[in-house]
Amino acid sequence: MLAFTLRRALQAIGVMIAVGIISFSMFRFAGDPVNQIVSIDTSAAERASIRQSLGLDDPVLVQFGRYLVNAAQFKFGVSYQFRQPVSTLLMERMPATLELAICATVLAMVFGILMGVYSALRRDTLLAKLFQAVSLIGISLPTFLIGILLIYLFAVTLGWLPSFGRGEVVRLGWWTTGLLTVSGLKALIMPSITLGLFQMTLIMRLVRAEMLEVLRTDYIRFARARGLTTRAIHFGHALKNTLVPVITVAGLQFGSVIAFAIITETVFQWPGMGLMFVQAVQNVDIPIMAAYLLMVSLIFVTINLVVDILYTIVDPRLRATISRPA
Amino acid sequence: MTVPVLSVRDLKVEFVTRRATLRAIDGVSFDIAKGEVLGVVGESGAGKSVTGLAVIGLIDPPGRISGGEILLSGMRIDHLPAEEIRRVRGKRIGMIFQDPLTSLNPLYRIGDQIVETIRTHTNLSESAARKRAIDLLAEVGIPAPEKRVDGYPHEFSGGMRQRVVIALAICAEPELIIADEPTTALDVSVQAQIIALIKRLGRDHGTAVMLVTHDMGVIAETCDRVAVMYSGRIAEIGPVQDVVRNPLHPYAKGLMGAIPTLAGEDKRLVQIPGSMPRLSAIPPGCPFNPRCAFAFDRCRVERPEPLPNGAQAVACHLYDRAAEESAA
Repeated sequence: MLAFTLRRALQAIGVMIAVGIISFSMFRFAGDPVNQIVSIDTSAAERASIRQSLGLDDPVLVQFGRYLVNAAQFKFGVSYQFRQPVSTLLMERMPATLELAICATVLAMVFGILMGVYSALRRDTLLAKLFQAVSLIGISLPTFLIGILLIYLFAVTLGWLPSFGRGEVVRLGWWTTGLLTVSGLKALIMPSITLGLFQMTLIMRLVRAEMLEVLRTDYIRFARARGLTTRAIHFGHALKNTLVPVITVAGLQFGSVIAFAIITETVFQWPGMGLMFVQAVQNVDIPIMAAYLLMVSLIFVTINLVVDILYTIVDPRLRATISRPA
Repeated sequence: MTVPVLSVRDLKVEFVTRRATLRAIDGVSFDIAKGEVLGVVGESGAGKSVTGLAVIGLIDPPGRISGGEILLSGMRIDHLPAEEIRRVRGKRIGMIFQDPLTSLNPLYRIGDQIVETIRTHTNLSESAARKRAIDLLAEVGIPAPEKRVDGYPHEFSGGMRQRVVIALAICAEPELIIADEPTTALDVSVQAQIIALIKRLGRDHGTAVMLVTHDMGVIAETCDRVAVMYSGRIAEIGPVQDVVRNPLHPYAKGLMGAIPTLAGEDKRLVQIPGSMPRLSAIPPGCPFNPRCAFAFDRCRVERPEPLPNGAQAVACHLYDRAAEESAA
């Protein structure tokens, strides 16, 4: 088990180095960074000194090594537009994004699993068919459209919820949270739904399909022949067996929820990393873009690791395979 | 006369499909006494498994029991409300399925699965149920049961898993065990052990056993009586030595003739021409008539009912006269 975790962690580091190469190369291929910093009337000598102070005249490998070492310490350089360390900016923005992503994922998991189980067990009811129809909408409507529709309905027409921003936030150490104030919670509702709707419908359809599959298996039939209660069969035996694929998808989706929060954050002007990234793209603020790329891939890699470990908790067969490495 | 543990009277099972209503079981009747092992044989699709599932109330839509009655120790159990038949399943009737590799939930320890079943049907405490689980595992012949009780199904071999399945089937001391081809998925050396185990458990606890199989060897070794099924009906039923040594129904004759013997000379085994009709195309009269070498006009129009003939009962017009005479 420990060896497995270590092996996976090493692989994760490999992935991170590869991403590091890509994000590092952004500096070299997206124009001369010195030009981004200086104005037109800066003299050549000043440019040269800036270049030297940024270490841009060192060999590429040296620069790359330095970049990696710094990145490993969460030092991503200074933003061109804000003139502040990128890590400070990211730290300020990260709580907003994570809070939004976690809310959206919890929402998606809870309702997705409930609706999925319901529509598998009561396949022929009207409600189950309604869920199926709604899930088609959730899967096919683009996020920004859902966001705009929600804003139109609940913010513009009904005036119940704020149309943008995070509301009041409370500072807990370096973390800021909107979960403790009424305006913060109200502000969280629409972005979470917008961001989580696709995940929710995906999980619902997945749970439904898996559940139907599992209900046909011999061990469910045998469980019925043993006279277990319907409840124990459905929620103890069947649901647990549907969880492995659900964990995979939900885990990977959590990564994409963070990565694609960009759109939702833009629609709702949510002060998170995604919004900052969009602004960075508009301003060719490469340090932010590169750092964002690294952060998102770090999150992805971490989630994958966690998902792998979760599998072994749910499915004893995998524990056996893992303790006997191939 | 004591009440038989299981009494099936004129059972009919239908499957409603869009095109037609197919009758998978058409008027099957048999009894199983306490401690008796009834073998049910027949080729695939003859209705053996469906009969077993009907008894335990696990026929799923679009299938349904459309006629007849099923009595468990004199109590009618067909058409019981879902919650009541659930209490009968596992408690009064234990079931063993064909494939032990897929019968156990892979995510739960086998001990937990046994404890769960015991606690569903009795008031035993968690620890008492666990102790009973270990005793059961020992009884079905699993070595070091106090260790194995915490194992997962994938850590057991096929034969061992079937033993666990049997332990699960008998954990509430049922009156009847339905074993649906319990040895088909196992290799030959293990088959004999499992059959011996089922037989021993039946004898020790006085449990009635309905053993569905298409393995005549298993039947001959294990059963007290045997029912030969064909096209959803019982062609012949009787004590095992009579039916195996002296089959009456032409189909039963064909079946027994198709068993290779060690002492047998180098001649071709008997082969029944044709194949069993599909449920949608069962011929009128005796369903076996198109394949029967002795069929005459009456076989094509009138359906034979099972009539007693010695200790056996046979559904064949050939024996009709003999039966009439013996009745007279």
